[in-house]
Amino acid sequence: MASSSSGGSGSGSEMQRTAQHRISVIAGHLRRPAEGDVAVRAEECKAPQSRLEASGDGRTVPMKRHEVMKWNGWGYSDSRFLFNKKGQAEFTGKRYKLSGMILPALKDWFEGTFGASLQHKSPATPLLNTSAVQAPTLNQDFVEELKSIGVPFSHEAEDRAFRGHGHCLHEIFALREGKIGRVPDMVVWPNCHNDVEKIVALACKHNVCLIPYGGGTSVSSALECPPEETRSIVSLDTSQMNRILWIDEKNLTAHVEAGIIGQDLERLLNESGYCTGHEPDSMEFSSLGGWVSTRASGMKKNIYGNIEDLVVHIKMVTPQGVIEKSCQGPRMSTGPDIHHFILGSEGTLGVVTEVTMKIRPVPEYQKYGSVVFPNFEQGVACLREVAKQRCAPASIRLMDNEQFMFGHALKPQVSSIFTSFLDGLKKFYITKFKGFDPSRLCVATLLFEGNREKVLQHEKQVYDIAAKFGGLAAGEDNGQRGYMLTFVIAYLRDLGMDYYVIAESFETSVPWDRVLDVCRNVKARVVRECKDKGVQFSPLSSCRVTQTYDAGACVYFYFAFNYRGLSDPVHVYEQVEHAAREEILANGGSLSHHHGVGKLRKEWMRETVSEVGVGMLQSVKDYVDPKNIFGNRNLL
Amino acid sequence: VSYKDLRGMKDDEFVDILEERRCSSDLGHAFRTFNPQPYKGGPPCSAADLNKALLDSHFLHRVVKEVAMETGSSQEKVMEEAGEILVEMSHNLHLPFIRLMGYTFSKVIKRLFTSIFVNMDGLNTLQQAVQENPVILMPNHRSYVDFLIISYILFTYDIPVPVIAAGVPLAEMKIVGEILRRSGAFFIRRSIGSDKLYWAVLSEYVRGIVRHGFAPVEFYVEGLRSRTLKSLTPKLGMMQMVLEPYFKGEVFDITLVPISISYDRVLEESLLARELLGVPKPKESTAGLLKASRVLQEDYGSMQVNFGQPLSVRKLCEGKINRSYYNLVPRDLPMKPSAEALACVSWLAHVVVGLQERGSLISPWSLMACLLIQEPTTVLAEQGLLWDDLTEKTLWLRKMVLDFGARLNWPGEAPNSAVMSSAISLHRSIVYLKAGRVYLTQEEVPLRRHRISPEEGVFRTAVPVLMLAAYRNQSLHALVRPAMLAMSICITRSTQRDELFRFFCFLQEVFANEFIFIPGNLSQDFEEACLCLNSCGAVYISEQEVRVSEQSSEVITFLQKLLQPFIDSYQLIFRCVCEEEQVQVFTEKQFLAAVRALALKLILSGELHTYETLSSDTQKNVLSALCRLEAVAKSEINEFKVNKAAVRRITDALCKSRQGSITIFNYNYSVSSIIQVQLQLH
Repeated sequence: MASSSSGGSGSGSEMQRTAQHRISVIAGHLRRPAEGDVAVRAEECKAPQSRLEASGDGRTVPMKRHEVMKWNGWGYSDSRFLFNKKGQAEFTGKRYKLSGMILPALKDWFEGTFGASLQHKSPATPLLNTSAVQAPTLNQDFVEELKSIGVPFSHEAEDRAFRGHGHCLHEIFALREGKIGRVPDMVVWPNCHNDVEKIVALACKHNVCLIPYGGGTSVSSALECPPEETRSIVSLDTSQMNRILWIDEKNLTAHVEAGIIGQDLERLLNESGYCTGHEPDSMEFSSLGGWVSTRASGMKKNIYGNIEDLVVHIKMVTPQGVIEKSCQGPRMSTGPDIHHFILGSEGTLGVVTEVTMKIRPVPEYQKYGSVVFPNFEQGVACLREVAKQRCAPASIRLMDNEQFMFGHALKPQVSSIFTSFLDGLKKFYITKFKGFDPSRLCVATLLFEGNREKVLQHEKQVYDIAAKFGGLAAGEDNGQRGYMLTFVIAYLRDLGMDYYVIAESFETSVPWDRVLDVCRNVKARVVRECKDKGVQFSPLSSCRVTQTYDAGACVYFYFAFNYRGLSDPVHVYEQVEHAAREEILANGGSLSHHHGVGKLRKEWMRETVSEVGVGMLQSVKDYVDPKNIFGNRNLL
Repeated sequence: VSYKDLRGMKDDEFVDILEERRCSSDLGHAFRTFNPQPYKGGPPCSAADLNKALLDSHFLHRVVKEVAMETGSSQEKVMEEAGEILVEMSHNLHLPFIRLMGYTFSKVIKRLFTSIFVNMDGLNTLQQAVQENPVILMPNHRSYVDFLIISYILFTYDIPVPVIAAGVPLAEMKIVGEILRRSGAFFIRRSIGSDKLYWAVLSEYVRGIVRHGFAPVEFYVEGLRSRTLKSLTPKLGMMQMVLEPYFKGEVFDITLVPISISYDRVLEESLLARELLGVPKPKESTAGLLKASRVLQEDYGSMQVNFGQPLSVRKLCEGKINRSYYNLVPRDLPMKPSAEALACVSWLAHVVVGLQERGSLISPWSLMACLLIQEPTTVLAEQGLLWDDLTEKTLWLRKMVLDFGARLNWPGEAPNSAVMSSAISLHRSIVYLKAGRVYLTQEEVPLRRHRISPEEGVFRTAVPVLMLAAYRNQSLHALVRPAMLAMSICITRSTQRDELFRFFCFLQEVFANEFIFIPGNLSQDFEEACLCLNSCGAVYISEQEVRVSEQSSEVITFLQKLLQPFIDSYQLIFRCVCEEEQVQVFTEKQFLAAVRALALKLILSGELHTYETLSSDTQKNVLSALCRLEAVAKSEINEFKVNKAAVRRITDALCKSRQGSITIFNYNYSVSSIIQVQLQLH
């Protein structure tokens, strides 16, 4: 797992090798896309500054997204889970570490947990029926002028349908059934900040509704077109604004176009020996601009911070003009921080075009780890202590028993008898010798980063604390598999949906003294609601603590159920999710830690930020965008 | 959730648990493998863990700090004090003692009762419920026998035995106190007042048990044994403590299980009647218990324990409680509950009492008591009542009560007449059957006394009459709503729904201490009353009207007469309070004595027919009612001050029209003159 670098003084090719290696380490499974994936490129902006040589190539996201990505599911078209003819689960494609592997335990877990059966399939509509997409409402004057400034655009059904949704369950479910609601009337691909300024000016002039689109990974209904919108809706796809404009090694900052997606940003910086360290679970597809406008959080925030800690400067185009600060001072006392009007604005005020971000040298050494606890209560107590001592590793996550089992079901086929023998021995040691109850134990996954010596020292400190709470070190493999689960979970949801199982995740942040209560009550609420709503099989209701802070933690929930026998499964799921959110709020949890509000959670904004708070936000909106050009109607 | 849905009643299968005890070894029963399915919500913990968690809790430390500041003593000292309180309070649930208790209990109850009927459905659902959420067992309290019967049943059916809230006097009994403690009893002082530290230890102790789901918690929401066999106004302190973990989100849900225990014959029947007449209750002591062993010689018929449907606090509180009230303060900060939470606690407590009532089984004897007590006492004592009349009327009443939806415990296999005569013989301490007539039983005059004073005579009659009243009360819950409607019809002489409803509400308000109604449930209660009277053909109902049907006036008359003793007692006492001239302020003791003396006098002169006015329970209820209606103000030193105009207004409202019953408003008795009489007597 370790990689040592010669400290940034090496030749370019050596750098590249290190970077290559690192990519395989950090995301565990991310692979650089084949050259052929690079898609149509719009004409370059005539930007004043010269570009870094290395930053132009290897763009992951083409203008025609549907050529590489699923139109009705998660991720790349070539990567998906399926049950093969022998009834074994496998993961297709070549992109991921798990690609091409057999997961022998998944079928039993799947059938056992959900009461599902491989005989009962609920396949998706394979192809987008373009005739189901409403004809576009075009604003001809706008289109004409757009043509004259030379920004690429499209009003083809595929492009529009792709940008009318995020990845909420109800959105994907509808697509799988071939149902397409209101979608943008056209898509534009600006290539740089100046393009965006022109587009926004035109939109204002012709009263067109703009909806910024970054990576499309929203899970808050933020990308849904408001059905009451009568103007022409234009989706502003930032994916072609994806260059690193400069790297400042003295201040350790990088100036980056906001359309760049996480994996590209990381890869390109790595080539120069740097990283941002911002790794949200969606980093394969989500964009920098999206992170800024939703207040994203990365799994390694303990070292690098969340997005609000990482940005030094933001440039945003609004109907009133461009908003930005005049300098790059690391902290200012100049009234309320205007960045905080932008962070979390969810595309209601303008388009983030360029961001200056902190960067760090690529860490010399990385190590995964895991700890098994006799029960969830002990695990939470341990995380609390780690937070108290402020010695949290880059990432520390605590999965509950259900997720621990789930993780086990994703173990790839073991090649040798020896490994399976060792696994058996481990299991025996923990359950029989140490007396852990297999139906209660839970596991924390760890990721350490830094220089080798410090990592090892840090590791010891954390394991010592864990031991006080009855924790047993359970190896690097378990840790790494835990993080892998994060990246493939969205692919797994698609598999579930092929067999009548629907699933969703949601998150919150909560003070330490309420973590256990929130976890217990929300999980139980989900189970009870499912039962009350007529779900025939008991659902999977699971949680994990994914981030620790001084004063609290971030908790992530998964729930999934078999919807056979339900006439309107999506409605049931929506009711359950709604109830779960009510439960979170009643127990002192927040409306969202990092997913944002969008339209899905709008109804709770008033109670969340108070009447006056809503008024403040509204008055900003009224000033910045009086004609509601950025009319996605998120947040307020 | 409407109240009717909560009833969830169907005729469950009742099984006599003594049947097996009579044919297999009690020792075998006591040593049976006891392996109940525990609460799944958390890791198991011991009684010692609980106590330790309490003493380590931030909550207690905060309170200790406050108390130390206020009293000026050191924190260590206050902490020590808290430790002592805990030692006095805490249970020490111990399986071997449960077995010992089980063995002794088997021996005793087989002697006392012919059978103990338990609904198996209830036990089965309870067995499931204890695994899912912390469970609160809430039996009614009619006899000391109640105390361990639930533990005994749960032990027999492999369900975790509860910890039980008991009064400190029980702990002070030699040996017995310790046995109870080890059988799961924990002990609460009777008057805690404003002792902050005691409240803190107690409330955290109770919350701890609920939070950990250590064991089901059993307590009497009525607070104490009902001397009248009627439900009592629920006490809210304990209820609030057990519910708080839910309000604070510390548990997902809490399950309340109302349990209705009914007795064919209550062990303490005559003691209770005497207590009501002012003979002080003997202090709980082991010696007293041993002396009381003579009660073992008598037959007490059967006992019924009905485990009600488990209630989800979460479901019941939906929309009533905003749990985010606690979100902005530390979890362990001592906090006053919100007004909303208090209202909800009170509502839930009343709901449970209501369900206890509806779950209890009405015995044939209780129906007979309803009829017997309507006869003039002198007639019952001297001429007796024709047996055939009584049986015929009892059967009539049985049908009516069934129409009203009540649950009856009427043995199906024996002929009706045999059922009724065996009820009479079981209750020979109250009535006896001679030559086809039923007479009131009166205590024999001790031989050495050749003459008794008229006052003593009243007292001798009052004992069986109050016992009779208590057994009548066992049926009241099924009859009180239609009876109040009948009373409204008689008093207002109106057929207008609105007007009847207004008066119905007024009666509920006045008699709120007498009959337990769920707050905010008035229109459903009224609706139910209308439907009941309609179901037996006594009234026709329409959108605007409730009209008495000509041929069924006997129903209305019966129901009105059922409530008449209460109306008469209240009016007499109102009058007594009002006629007051000199003494403006009185204590409860003075009040009770005055009312008793007045009632005694009027009974002797033949002007007052109900002996229930003599009952201290009635008298205290009137005082509470007057306080509640703000016609009497209670001072800080527990003195009462009357607002006569207000009392008169209530009196006038209650006697809009008087017909056929006694008139008591011509007397010029007043509290002061009575007090003077009393003083002269002593």
